[in-house]
Amino acid sequence: MSLTRQDVEKIAHLARLSISEREMPVYVSSLSSIVDFVAELSSIETGSVEPMAHPLDGQHQRLRPDVVSETDHHEKYQRNAPSVQAGLYVVPRVIE
Amino acid sequence: MLHNLSIGELADRLAAKQISSVELTRHFLGRIERLNPRLNALITLTAEQALDSAAAADRRLAAGERGRLLGIPLIHKDIFCTDGVRTSCGSRMLDNFIAPYDATIVTRLKSAGAVMLGKANMDEFAMGSSNETSYYGPVKNPWDTTKVPGGSSGGSAAALAARLAPFSTGTDTGGSIRQPAALTGVTGVKPTYGRVSRYGMIAFASSLDQAGVFARTAADAATVLQIMAGFDPKDSTSVDTPVPDYPALLDAPLKGLRIGLLREFFDGLETRNAALIHEALRVYTSLGADTAEVSLPHLPLSVPTYYVVAPAECSSNLSRFDGVRFGYRCPAPADLSDLYKRSRGEGFGAEVKRRIMTGTYVLSAGYFDAYYLKAQKVRRLITDDFRAAFQKVDMLVGPTTPTPAFAIGAKIDDPVTMYLNDIYTIGANLAGLPGLSVPCGFVDGLPMGLQLIGPHFSEARLLGAAHQFQRATTWHGHTPGGYE
Repeated sequence: MSLTRQDVEKIAHLARLSISEREMPVYVSSLSSIVDFVAELSSIETGSVEPMAHPLDGQHQRLRPDVVSETDHHEKYQRNAPSVQAGLYVVPRVIE
Repeated sequence: MLHNLSIGELADRLAAKQISSVELTRHFLGRIERLNPRLNALITLTAEQALDSAAAADRRLAAGERGRLLGIPLIHKDIFCTDGVRTSCGSRMLDNFIAPYDATIVTRLKSAGAVMLGKANMDEFAMGSSNETSYYGPVKNPWDTTKVPGGSSGGSAAALAARLAPFSTGTDTGGSIRQPAALTGVTGVKPTYGRVSRYGMIAFASSLDQAGVFARTAADAATVLQIMAGFDPKDSTSVDTPVPDYPALLDAPLKGLRIGLLREFFDGLETRNAALIHEALRVYTSLGADTAEVSLPHLPLSVPTYYVVAPAECSSNLSRFDGVRFGYRCPAPADLSDLYKRSRGEGFGAEVKRRIMTGTYVLSAGYFDAYYLKAQKVRRLITDDFRAAFQKVDMLVGPTTPTPAFAIGAKIDDPVTMYLNDIYTIGANLAGLPGLSVPCGFVDGLPMGLQLIGPHFSEARLLGAAHQFQRATTWHGHTPGGYE
C-alpha cells in the first residue's frame, strides 16, 4: 500500500470529509492503487515543458464595463439553504 | 411511429400541422411512463411543464413561426440547472436542490421552442463510466438490461436508444458523451472546449468539462448543436467564434479528406472490434477519403494524466458543497467542522469522495509538483502530439471504447479498471478537441462506436463525415428489441 490509514485520515481531514470505519480500509486500498497507477507519469521526461492549465491557447479573462448586471435574488437562492434567519445562513455556534 | 422519425421529419410534420407539439409530447411522455421503469434513465419527469411548453410551441407554430427545434421534445442531463426543477447531479447532496435559474443551454433550447420532458439519470457529479455511481441507482442498457449504458451521461444515452425523446443533452469531461453513445448505439457529440456555454452546468473539472448532444443521427445532432453552441458572456471560458451552419455543411464532399488511423488505439484491441473500425475505414475510402496511420506516442499516458488533473479540479470545485448555503446538511451537527465533514461525508457517494481525496492528495503540500504539475506537463505533450498529427491529417479515427457494454457490477469495485474504459476518449478532453461517436456495428449483439476526433472548432467537418458515414451504412438505424 503506497498510502497508510494515517495518510488517508489526513487527506479526508483536508477535504473535510467524514469517513466511516467501514469505508476506511476500502479508501486506503483504492486510493493507493490510484496513486500507484498515476505514478507512471513520474518516469516521463518533461524537462522544460510548460505546464498546461487550459486547453485553448490565447484565451484570457475578458473585462466588462463595471455596471450592475445582476439583481438581488437572495430570497429565491436562500430557499435552497438548510437554515436561514433574517436573510442570513445559520450554522452551529462558532464563537463561544 | 413518431419516435422513429428524425428531428427534421418531426419539424416538417409540425410545420404541416400533421401533428401538434402537444401530441408529440404526449407520445413521448407515454413511452417514458411505460418504458422508463425498466431502464431508470430518467429521474425527474416534468410532464405538466412539458405540456405547457408544447402548447406554447403550438401557438408559435400556428402564428407561422418556424424553427428547427420548435415543438421538439428533449431530455436534459440532470447536471444542467433548470429553473424551478430539481437539479440533483445524481447526488444525495443535491437531492433537495431546486435550481433557481436556467443553464445557458437550457435557455437557448427553451427559446428555440424545444420541450423538456424531464431530467436524465447520470453518474454522481458526472464521475463514472457506467452510470452505477448515481444516488438514484444504475441506468440499464436498453440492448441488454444486465449491462451498463456507459457514463456519466448514461441516462441521456439510454433514453435516446430506447426512443424516449428525439434528442438529449449530455456533458463530456473524459468521454461521458462519446462512451455511453457508443455503448447504447446512438450518436454523441462532444464539441470543442469553449464551444458550448458551461454556465449553469454543475462543474466537475473546469478545464475539461464540455456540454454536448445525443441524437440518433449526426444530422439531428448538427441541428441541435447549431442552437446550443455560441458565445456566452456568463462563461469566462466561452469562445467568441462564429457558429457555422452545421446542418448546411453536412454534405461537404469527403473527397481528399485525410483520415488518420490512430495506431495507439489498436494496441490490445480485440480483433472483432478492430475489424469494425477497419470496415468503417473502407466506407470512408469508398467515399473518397484518404487514410493513413498516425502515431501519438504520449497518448497512452492520457488516463493517468486525467486521473490527476480531473480529481484535482474536482476537489476544488466540490469544496462549495458545505452544508450551509444549499444541498444536504447532516442532522444535529456538533459544531461547524462536524457540519462540514458529515454533510460532505454523508451527502457524497463513494466514487465522488474517492476523487475528492485523490485531488486533495495531488494538490497537497509536498505532492503538488510530483503529481499535479507533472500531469499538466504531460497534458501538454499529449496536446502537442495531437497538434502534430493534425499537420498530416484532417481528423483521427478509432474505436470509442475498448469493449462493448459490460455487466452491471463487473467493474464498480475496481476504480482503476473502471477508469481504463475511457482510454480512447480522454485524449480529446485533455487537448480540448471536438469528438463524436457514431454506431459502427455490433459485437455479441451489443453496439460499438466509431470515434472521430478533429482539430479545435472542426465540428462541421466531423458532423459531415459522420453524416455521410450514416448515409452509407445502417448501424444507426438499429433499435433495441422492445423499443421499436
